[in-house]
Amino acid sequence: MRKSSIFLIFILGCTLVLSLVFLDAHFQTAGDLPFLRQEIKVVETLKLTDLCLTTEARHTRHPSQADWHSPFQSHPGALDHFPSGAIIQPPETIIKGYEPHRQ
Amino acid sequence: MSHIVNKQRNILDFALSSLLRRKGRNLALVTVYTLVVFALASVMFFTQALKKEAALVLGATPELIVQKMVAGRHDLIPLSYIDQIKKIRGVAAVTPRLWGYYYDPLIRANYTLLVNDTYPLPEKTIAVGAGIARVRNAHRGSKINFFAYDGKPVVLQVRGILSEESELLSSDLILISAADFRRLFGIPAGYATDLTVQVRNQKEIATVAAKIQQFLPDTRPILRDEIMRTYEAVFDWRAGIVIVVLLGALLAFLIFAWDKAAGLSAEERREIGILKAIGWETADVLQLKFWEGLSVSLTAFLLGIILAYIHIFLAAAPLFATVIKGWSILYPNFRLTPFVSFSQIAVLFFFTVAPYTVATIIPSWRAATIDPDQVMRT
Repeated sequence: MRKSSIFLIFILGCTLVLSLVFLDAHFQTAGDLPFLRQEIKVVETLKLTDLCLTTEARHTRHPSQADWHSPFQSHPGALDHFPSGAIIQPPETIIKGYEPHRQ
Repeated sequence: MSHIVNKQRNILDFALSSLLRRKGRNLALVTVYTLVVFALASVMFFTQALKKEAALVLGATPELIVQKMVAGRHDLIPLSYIDQIKKIRGVAAVTPRLWGYYYDPLIRANYTLLVNDTYPLPEKTIAVGAGIARVRNAHRGSKINFFAYDGKPVVLQVRGILSEESELLSSDLILISAADFRRLFGIPAGYATDLTVQVRNQKEIATVAAKIQQFLPDTRPILRDEIMRTYEAVFDWRAGIVIVVLLGALLAFLIFAWDKAAGLSAEERREIGILKAIGWETADVLQLKFWEGLSVSLTAFLLGIILAYIHIFLAAAPLFATVIKGWSILYPNFRLTPFVSFSQIAVLFFFTVAPYTVATIIPSWRAATIDPDQVMRT
């Protein structure tokens, strides 16, 4: 068999797998809708505000609720020592409660 | 038409033979290139899926939350604030929330304790998240010991386990009665953790928030929009791990591009010279190099994307989970809904396949336009 035939079969095979990936994503998303509705209901009923991505620190467990100082709570000048603090950035709106708006 | 196809297939045959002659080098190239695409696609799939799910799910979060701040920190809010907020025009209802954190020294994990007003639990009972049930080996009817603020033990019975499907929200959650919550943390009756405010007209939420801050300057209102925006930006490109992965991938890619664009090896130049000497035209040489570049980049692109999908959506992102987990003992076993769009794939294709293919052609074009005799002699 020609090398180009083997290569084209390989690329076609990969493209087919990629199409199956899209198909899988489509069906999984459709299949997950009842669970997503359940999650929405949980948020509504329990009045939740954040996703549970990590549980090690309050500013990464509830980034939308934490105050500006919670990552540096140990002592004045302390650094955030939680690894998840390096990947979950604070919301930009967090400072609005502390700083008067400057025009 | 068949003549053109045959010619291109012959050139592709030759390109593949040429790549196989330097098997080790090209295999290493495809492997690293695949890893670059894999890293970029994994970050893209993970962040997009998380952002989409957060946007969908957190749309049901309270429209306005009011916290009390003391010395820059979140503090307990007096229930007397409820009446003051209710006086603001447009406010429909104000409800206190009781929630907080409990550190379990037994397994060294943090729990989030929450009082559910909609379906209140009887005293001395709790409902726990699936993550807690897993690490504490708890089931319906089992008892969990807590230590109150004054050191006294409080034994609570598990009445139910929260659904595993909602682990992305409730893995570390413990639902508890208001009386037990107050006893555990010593919170006096006239205080709550924060307040949720319902506003009649959605367009007036920002105005109501501004009025609350005006009348109660020691409070911080948090709008639903702000919570949603938090998750839109939470894994922004500026966030630590994302920029590290992107920089690593970008640097690796720059090395490829530099290696290619800096010029061809003497062997490759000689090959071009011989091809031209035996009658190949410049356009043929360029087509040969185009097929070589495309074979490498397309193989790496397709493999990288497929592996990234398996990593994020079928294997539950084990590489990212290690980083996000950090020092936490209790970690949610969540599976993300695969929100994958064609535009994501197109963007990745444009940023990975196109530059590499172009970088392969340019130096070849330079070599192919020089006299074959001169190329073979250098």
